[in-house]
Amino acid sequence: MFRSRTFLLAAPALVILALLPLGVDGYILGLLTLAYYYAVFAMSWDLLFGFAGEVNFGPSFLIGVGAYTAALLNHYWHWPIPACLIVGSLAAVIAGVVLAVPALRLTGPYFGLVTLVAVLLLQNVIVLFAGVTGGEIGLDLPDVLAIDDNTNYYYALSFMTVSGAILYGLSCSPVGLILQASGQDAVEASALGFNVAKHKLAAFCISAFFSGLAGAMLIFYLGTASVGTVVDIAVGVNVIIAAVLGGRRTIIGAAVGSIFLIGAGEILRPLGQLSTFVVSAVALLVILFFPGGFLGRVLQAGGRE
Amino acid sequence: MTALLEVKGVTKRFGGLVANKDISFSINAGEILGLIGPNGSGKSTVMKCIMGIEKPNAGQVLIDGVNVAGWPTHRIARQGVGLVFQHSHPLQRQTILEHIKLALLPDNLFMLATDHGVTRRAEEIAARVGLSKVMHRLPRTLPFADLRRLELAKAIARNPKVVLVDEPFAGLTAAEVADFSQLIASFRADGHAVLLVDHNVKGVAALVDRVFAMYLGERVAEGSAEEVMRNETVRRVYLGGELKLAARPERDGKGRTPLLSVNNLGVLYAKATALDDVSIHVGEGEFVSVVGLNGAGKTTLFNAISGLLPYSGAIAWRGESLSGRTPGSIARGGIVQCPETRELFGDMSVRENLDLGGQHLPPAGTARQLEWLFGLFPILKSRQNQAARTLSGGEQQMLAIARALMMQPKLLILDEPTLGLAPVILEQLSKAMETLRQTTDITVLLGEQNVTFALPHADRVYVLEHSRIVWEGGPGRFAAEAGAGYL
Repeated sequence: MFRSRTFLLAAPALVILALLPLGVDGYILGLLTLAYYYAVFAMSWDLLFGFAGEVNFGPSFLIGVGAYTAALLNHYWHWPIPACLIVGSLAAVIAGVVLAVPALRLTGPYFGLVTLVAVLLLQNVIVLFAGVTGGEIGLDLPDVLAIDDNTNYYYALSFMTVSGAILYGLSCSPVGLILQASGQDAVEASALGFNVAKHKLAAFCISAFFSGLAGAMLIFYLGTASVGTVVDIAVGVNVIIAAVLGGRRTIIGAAVGSIFLIGAGEILRPLGQLSTFVVSAVALLVILFFPGGFLGRVLQAGGRE
Repeated sequence: MTALLEVKGVTKRFGGLVANKDISFSINAGEILGLIGPNGSGKSTVMKCIMGIEKPNAGQVLIDGVNVAGWPTHRIARQGVGLVFQHSHPLQRQTILEHIKLALLPDNLFMLATDHGVTRRAEEIAARVGLSKVMHRLPRTLPFADLRRLELAKAIARNPKVVLVDEPFAGLTAAEVADFSQLIASFRADGHAVLLVDHNVKGVAALVDRVFAMYLGERVAEGSAEEVMRNETVRRVYLGGELKLAARPERDGKGRTPLLSVNNLGVLYAKATALDDVSIHVGEGEFVSVVGLNGAGKTTLFNAISGLLPYSGAIAWRGESLSGRTPGSIARGGIVQCPETRELFGDMSVRENLDLGGQHLPPAGTARQLEWLFGLFPILKSRQNQAARTLSGGEQQMLAIARALMMQPKLLILDEPTLGLAPVILEQLSKAMETLRQTTDITVLLGEQNVTFALPHADRVYVLEHSRIVWEGGPGRFAAEAGAGYL
């Protein structure tokens, strides 16, 4: 693994990212902090899409459940942040299982549609119970991860690195291989004796865990939980675009895609409304002409022929 | 000795269609059984019922004495059944060796690393199937035959008691067939029970100990390959009983003006050769049949003509090349295909399906055409308002043909209209064909594996076998010259 092409690409990149606070101002660090949390969203999503072969149109359902569980615990009962994070990510896993057990019985586009509907439901619940959840305005949190930009930056960077390493390691392991086989051809995988539903459900739980945890950490970084940042369909769409842009079935590519997406949005900010348009157009072109994404090509060339 | 695989009274229904009716057979250790039947006979369904991909409605499937009917596929696999798939869907980024290792893995969520023994066993298996030299390569860099070897390797890795092989030799060259036969025979030598599923006896005769023949979901014969080939019912299924030929009155100029000519056509599916150097021609007003078993390349030929596939070689329509034209433009030019799968709009009524076919006609023309078609297929008239999906198989086929005729084609391509139809329906269809042939000047290109249906109406016959045209001639000479090679 340490000699793999992915590692050779990732290690120096991480060193550079770790050194950034020495020479970059707080504004850019803040932006990258946000990007790193998105990177975890996108990597968890790629585990489902790239490996289990299931398109989850509602990544923000899992993110939102994790984030709002943590936010409510902190806001009303003043639970310490680590406890909120743990319970938040567990809540995301439970919500994920409740959603996935019936949804995985469906085939084709229906799984995706169920996940999409789940987001809308969650969003509605939050808005309906605005008295408790803060509704569209959001819920402010008494605690934050850190006030200092650099500390926040390192929290996010290490979180992304550890999550990425776990998810990537998993994807390269025998379990990842079985998962990939199940995603590619479920009948063939089950004819080899693999319980496809079990493996896909496990993948969904892992994806839910990291999504929920990242969602919860993100709101403690922002200091407030709101629909617009962790639940809205647009959040999910950005996660999906980032993952596909970076390269399906690469895990690391999803992180690259997220950093690119948020970075590009910032660089193009002078264009105003147009910036979203330009970023979307780039994403569209990449998906149309290089469906393998940024890393798809690089990693594929690494295959022994 | 108890049988390793015992199928007892398996019945499988899809809605009203009985795909398997009370099928029973058994395979002992060290025995190879050939399960044969023409397209639509239900042999694949039997295989799927054994593997648990389909759940039988009734009956038992005993693996070494344990009834697994109704179990999920992965449990049946673990009980000792392996399936060698005809088409492989290998992972793109994993090497051949990694694919074999995958098959060696236990179904465990906490397998984070494999030990060295797994790699060594995977290498041994690669050597056994002849993949040693290429085991570190990616699947997409390998020829078709090696991908099939990989499927065999995966089955070997699981060391199943019962091995099911789906169309063992499809798409392979003669030399590769010999290699594969040896590998499959080695399963028998190791004491596995092997089921070979194929279209005809000929392909598997050299390898099998016994043959079980099916037709329309039912058992028609069982015994040694020679016995089954001699069996009257089997001969009738594949060759037709006595061939009734209806020579139609010669017409001036019939077949003289070339309408369609196909020259040196070649088609590749990924790496498998689907058509190889095929040349046929159809003259104006001619009724030409292309007979061949499932997998011979008939549908591929028709799809190439309809512009649905990339091909090498040339296809000309009234002397003009069709290359570069879209399927839509080819259809508007007068070549209308009635596909094997029928492609009806199931939720629309019979009438709506027909009206769609007649979109381009003026209203008066539509009415006239409809009336003529209702004369040809009277049953459709009484079913006008019924949804297409509620029709019986035979009625659906008539509707598909009628819809194609609504487009007033110059050349009507019929791809296996008899697929899965009962004999009584065949007769009705046959009559309609005859009426069409006697009363109109339409040109027809018919693809069939059912010779009884294909021959009586044909002016000329081509035999397509393993992607090539192997015989051409009049229907009268078929039985004598080409019939024997067809069983």
